[in-house]
Amino acid sequence: MNLTDRQLLSGDSAIALAALHGGVALGTGYPGTPSTEILEYFSRIGGQAQWSPNEKVALEVGIGVAYAGARSLVTMKHVGLNVAADPFFSVAHTGVVGALVVVSADDPGMASSQNEQDNRRYAVAAAVPMLEPSDSQEAYDYTLAAIEISERWKIPVLLRVTTRICHTQAPVQPRAVLVPPKPHFEHDLRGRNLIPSNARPAHRRLRQKLSEMTEWSEATLLNQIISGDQQLGIITSGVCFMHAREAFPDASFLKLGFTHPLPMKKIAGFVRSVDRCVVIEEGDPYLADAIRAAGLMVESKPEMFRFGELNVDRVRRILARDHSPEPVRPPGKPPELCDGCGHHVVFQALKNLDCIVAGDIGCYALGVLPPYSAMDCCVCMGSSIPIGLGLRHVLPPAEARRVVSVIGDSTFVHSGMTGLAEMIYNPPPTGHVVVILDNSTTAMTGHQEHPGTGRSLAHAATGKVIYEDLGKALGIEDVRVFPLGKDCAEFQKMLVAALASEKLVLIIARRPCVLAAKSIREYEKCATCAPAPEVFVK
Amino acid sequence: MRDLRAGPGGFCQMKKTVNVVIAGLGGQGVIKASDILSEAAFRSGFEVKKSEIHGMSQRGGSVTSDVRFGPEVFSPMVPPGEADFLVVLAPDQVEVNRGQLRDGGVLIAPDLIDPAALSNRKSFNVALLGALSTHLEISEDNWQASLHAVLPEKLHAANEQAFAAGRRAAASKLQP
Repeated sequence: MNLTDRQLLSGDSAIALAALHGGVALGTGYPGTPSTEILEYFSRIGGQAQWSPNEKVALEVGIGVAYAGARSLVTMKHVGLNVAADPFFSVAHTGVVGALVVVSADDPGMASSQNEQDNRRYAVAAAVPMLEPSDSQEAYDYTLAAIEISERWKIPVLLRVTTRICHTQAPVQPRAVLVPPKPHFEHDLRGRNLIPSNARPAHRRLRQKLSEMTEWSEATLLNQIISGDQQLGIITSGVCFMHAREAFPDASFLKLGFTHPLPMKKIAGFVRSVDRCVVIEEGDPYLADAIRAAGLMVESKPEMFRFGELNVDRVRRILARDHSPEPVRPPGKPPELCDGCGHHVVFQALKNLDCIVAGDIGCYALGVLPPYSAMDCCVCMGSSIPIGLGLRHVLPPAEARRVVSVIGDSTFVHSGMTGLAEMIYNPPPTGHVVVILDNSTTAMTGHQEHPGTGRSLAHAATGKVIYEDLGKALGIEDVRVFPLGKDCAEFQKMLVAALASEKLVLIIARRPCVLAAKSIREYEKCATCAPAPEVFVK
Repeated sequence: MRDLRAGPGGFCQMKKTVNVVIAGLGGQGVIKASDILSEAAFRSGFEVKKSEIHGMSQRGGSVTSDVRFGPEVFSPMVPPGEADFLVVLAPDQVEVNRGQLRDGGVLIAPDLIDPAALSNRKSFNVALLGALSTHLEISEDNWQASLHAVLPEKLHAANEQAFAAGRRAAASKLQP
């Protein structure tokens, strides 16, 4: 396969190919469905890609790349942008020298996420431009457009995709490559030091950029009118364009690809040109609210269609004003912990001891399902430790002594370390027990490396975070490493003792993921065996 | 930027989009089968979209993948009740997915093939593709090229055998 041929690519791979052709110097991110494959593919085809401990760090590294005048791609799932929100808002104020493209992969319908947030709101809140592709070809084209827009206005760009864009394979015709700029550094103390006296003019500059981009958005081909039947006009973006085009091929369309700032003059002209105008969008009524706020009369979906993905059938229902209950698909088989997974032992013990379990995000969230039903909460990355501490602080001692926090290894590196610092600083009277479920990989997203594995994104040997050393260095007196076998009794005995001690205890329960163990052994055999790029034709 | 007003991009004779849903459990090769089908359709000159949800479903749960091809494909998802073909790899996933099939659509069920008759049981997904292939306008050459493009070389022989076994099984069912 030649990378310049027309080829079948997922939206994720198309973004990666565009990053390669767009001269991205470094791709950073944290794994998260449905965004994970972007950096994996970017690395495979010869791009420079790194996993960061979390999305905030990934974005901050990307900001450094863009301050140096190079091009940067930062990838994450929708909730990752919550973690990265702090630098995201501020870098909009400082602006960039090179390109900074932030990919947010939203998950309407929550195929594998803890919430259904609509990250188009972030573009408005942070005042950055936003692009929404509707298939793999546009994922490719819009990534290149995002690089160009970022460099033209010296501003971060949000490339907002959804599960159906990321994980759909469709043909992509690559186009000419963009020559990458040469990285260099120029001092700009007033521009990039956001002390209040600098930040005030920075905010004005940001609004000025948005105002210029609003004018530009009126003319760009990213926002296209497809003239059809005057009786029905549909305003839409992203994959919803495809559902709506299929459901109503004869309608007139205003297909928005550049969805912040919105081309309100173009929208107004379109609304006036048709008899009935309907906004078709997944998730929040972002477009409909903005268009109505501009004084334009458009129809929007009823509340029942805020939930889940749209599809051709649901679009037909919206247009038919059919609000009757939708057919429910029979439930499939739910996922479960694999045979031989080390988590079985831990959850059996937690269930036997009737522990109050503050859980976290990862495969082990399956511990909430039968047969264990042994997880009491799972909120967001890293929350297990602080929530467990909160419970310990106020529960009556008899209950407080049963509270355990469990967190995976990748999740611990992502945002568990500050929880340990909190535990040392504000210890509950009954102590606390934290179990790091160390399966030596980021399992749920498909076995990505992280700083605790000691291997890079491309599986080459690199520095390694040692949890037991870290725990001791933070001042936790009782740090234990427990190699998990198949027998629960020994682990349970140790857990009973840890809970009874009323001290701060960190247990590292270790067993490599059964699905990843073979690969891990192979990576370890050749410590420097970063696989050569499979294909690299620029 | 692509001009969305342009006409169909494909050059096939077919007028209509073909809708295939492949269903099974995590680890059975549902997604690999849909990769092979979509690659074969792409090599045949069709416009193609292949879509699935993966993530949590890797852990032994239900998995489905939608493949659509024809002169022009818009939505990546087969609309409910509009599948022309439903290929099911796990017996307990037949009823769960039957509603995807249109009236007169073809079910390719797992009982069509005896996995024990295959040189490698893991090629069961490809055997069912062989059965599906008897219904589609995709040449034997494009199927073979796709198998070779999607699968590693050491698996080619077993999967070619499985594909042929699936074709024979479907043919004998059509002409008892």
